[in-house]
Amino acid sequence: MDLGLTASELAFRDELRDWLRQSPPGPTPLEERASFDHRRAWDQRLHAGGWAGVHWPVEYGGRGATLVESAIYNEELARAAAPPPVNVIGLTLAGPTIMTHGDEAQRARFLPPILSAEEIWCQGFSEPGAGSDLAAVATRAHQVDGGWRITGQKVWTSFAHDAQWCLLLARSDPDAPRHKGLTYFLLDMAQDAVQVRPLRTISDTHELNEVFLEDAFVPDAHVLGGVGNGWRVAMTTLGNERSGLVFGKSFQARILLDRLTALADERGLLEDANVATRLGELHIRVEAVRLTAYRNVTSEMQSGQPGPEGSIIKWIWSETDQAITEYAVQLLGIEALDRDSPWAFELLRARGDTIESGTTEIIKNIVAEQVLGLPRLR
Amino acid sequence: MQFAFNEDQREIQRTARELLGRRAPLERVRAAAEAGAYDERLWDEMVALGWPGLAIGERHGGVGLGLVELVAVVEQVGYALAPSPLLADVCAALVIASGGSPAQQARWLPGIATGELTATIATVRHGAAAPMPDADRAGALVFVDGDRASISSAAAVERDAWASVDLTRRYARVRRAADEPLESDVATGLQRAEVALAAELTGLAQRALDVTVAYVKDRKQFAHPIGAFQGVSHRCAEMLALTETARSATYFAAWTADADPEGLAAASSMAKASAGDAARRVAGMAIQAHGGIGFTWEAGLHWIFKRAHADAAQLTDADEHRRRVARLAAQRLRAASTQVAA
Repeated sequence: MDLGLTASELAFRDELRDWLRQSPPGPTPLEERASFDHRRAWDQRLHAGGWAGVHWPVEYGGRGATLVESAIYNEELARAAAPPPVNVIGLTLAGPTIMTHGDEAQRARFLPPILSAEEIWCQGFSEPGAGSDLAAVATRAHQVDGGWRITGQKVWTSFAHDAQWCLLLARSDPDAPRHKGLTYFLLDMAQDAVQVRPLRTISDTHELNEVFLEDAFVPDAHVLGGVGNGWRVAMTTLGNERSGLVFGKSFQARILLDRLTALADERGLLEDANVATRLGELHIRVEAVRLTAYRNVTSEMQSGQPGPEGSIIKWIWSETDQAITEYAVQLLGIEALDRDSPWAFELLRARGDTIESGTTEIIKNIVAEQVLGLPRLR
Repeated sequence: MQFAFNEDQREIQRTARELLGRRAPLERVRAAAEAGAYDERLWDEMVALGWPGLAIGERHGGVGLGLVELVAVVEQVGYALAPSPLLADVCAALVIASGGSPAQQARWLPGIATGELTATIATVRHGAAAPMPDADRAGALVFVDGDRASISSAAAVERDAWASVDLTRRYARVRRAADEPLESDVATGLQRAEVALAAELTGLAQRALDVTVAYVKDRKQFAHPIGAFQGVSHRCAEMLALTETARSATYFAAWTADADPEGLAAASSMAKASAGDAARRVAGMAIQAHGGIGFTWEAGLHWIFKRAHADAAQLTDADEHRRRVARLAAQRLRAASTQVAA
């Protein structure tokens, strides 16, 4: 057991720290349009500096970073208060999925503009009738001359209003068994047959969208991984949702909790044993997320598989993040609910943590069935 | 970075698991507990393997390994519920090794390392020592009063047997007459001892989880194994999450103790608080998942539950650890802001 960084991991971290010091991200504007522009410009600066998609293989323009280096990367960017990448779907989901299942032409066409943030991606998986039960996707794809016509509705689509491309899962064969009749498409969003409508969230921000498809066209060349193979390709996408992002998120939780702890300390609230006990518990939970994520990195690097602890990381992070924001609002009082208060925003945004990328209930099912080997009723 | 046992550490863990699996199955634990006895043959084997001296320096006759190796063994002792004095013995030795002067170390550690004498430890509240595990046989007794500690030989104490619900150990009330203060770094010794306690607690949580998973796969109601029902299966998932986070915190603290001592104060508190909570909660959830059977003496889950509560009560309790973590975090933040200001 050695939690110290190796010489090459230290060199990676120091090179990144130096670069961030010389090229600080600067504050992210609050207004949505300005925020998007700032984040995109930041993605492009990362790319110009050679720091975009570090976990991508060198042949595709990445650095071939190890899982530990990816973890360091996400922690360091969070430490520097860098905004999350605006092309997060492209970098963490689209890119690796296209590398795994794409042909030469697809890789050459799609990978470079993902890395440079010239083309933003979104993910068209969920539907009104297919949430946790993803195999219930009902959006229909009909084969036509030279490609496919697609009709249906997608929902909870982050970045759809800014995206050029969409990872689209649709039913190409309604007569095949549920998991067999799906095909994975790379959909051009710039067509009249694709309509994007904003979904107003509880934090009153425009983060999510509904996407309506009415005979949208995808050429044959943009089918990914073969007709009828959509489920397998989609599992590759979902398998990449981890990829070190949790280190950035847990570091953000740590920053939030540190801010709260410093405030409580300034106000003398740590003298109160109840306050100290509650804050201490939150620090323990934040640290447990980080440490468990690092244990899982070692499991994956040693065996190629996540360990039993791997499946709980997103779950315990999300509940910890919620607990921090809830306690912050209790401790700071009604002032924290000011419409412009960052605490109010964090409180509301954190409710999404336990729903997005697999609800806590679905994660518990996965832990029960795949880690503990318990039987399933269905 | 490698956050897992290395090959040698895995070998130590494997040896411990196999020996304890053979020598301390639940029926042996029960027989010893009901007889109010320890399994002396098992203890002899532990001594022969060098476990009491695993983390004691070679100059004192120990094996000279680190806290990571000790944690690998103690976790298995917890998993097996081994009826032995090992836990209090190694906790006391850790406090003597850091807290004792060179002369005190030389006086006590060699005997502990070879198993010639066992040691034990308890906290003092309002002048009186809490009931001490294994005090009846101990040749060295360590008393912890706040951040100070003292040590006494067996000859200088009076002992009255004290009956705990945790029958896997024997306890006594001890009155001190002529104890001498430990003169060096007691705080570090206590932090290291908390990590050893956390390791046993992690093992207890894992045992409660494993027993429960096996039961809910087998037990049928409404024509299905009850583990197929989400009311049960999600509880089992929560038991896994509690156990794994406790393990993360415990292993990290053990590594910190030897490799990054400045971080040990926070890491040891995190480990003891999370493992203490995990073991108590997972053992309670195990009883619940077994239904009425879990509430019976026969089912044996009570051994885990009682020992978890007894271990969690040793040295500092979970809430005080949480407060320490909060104060240390506030200190770290104050230092960082002073640095920025300067």
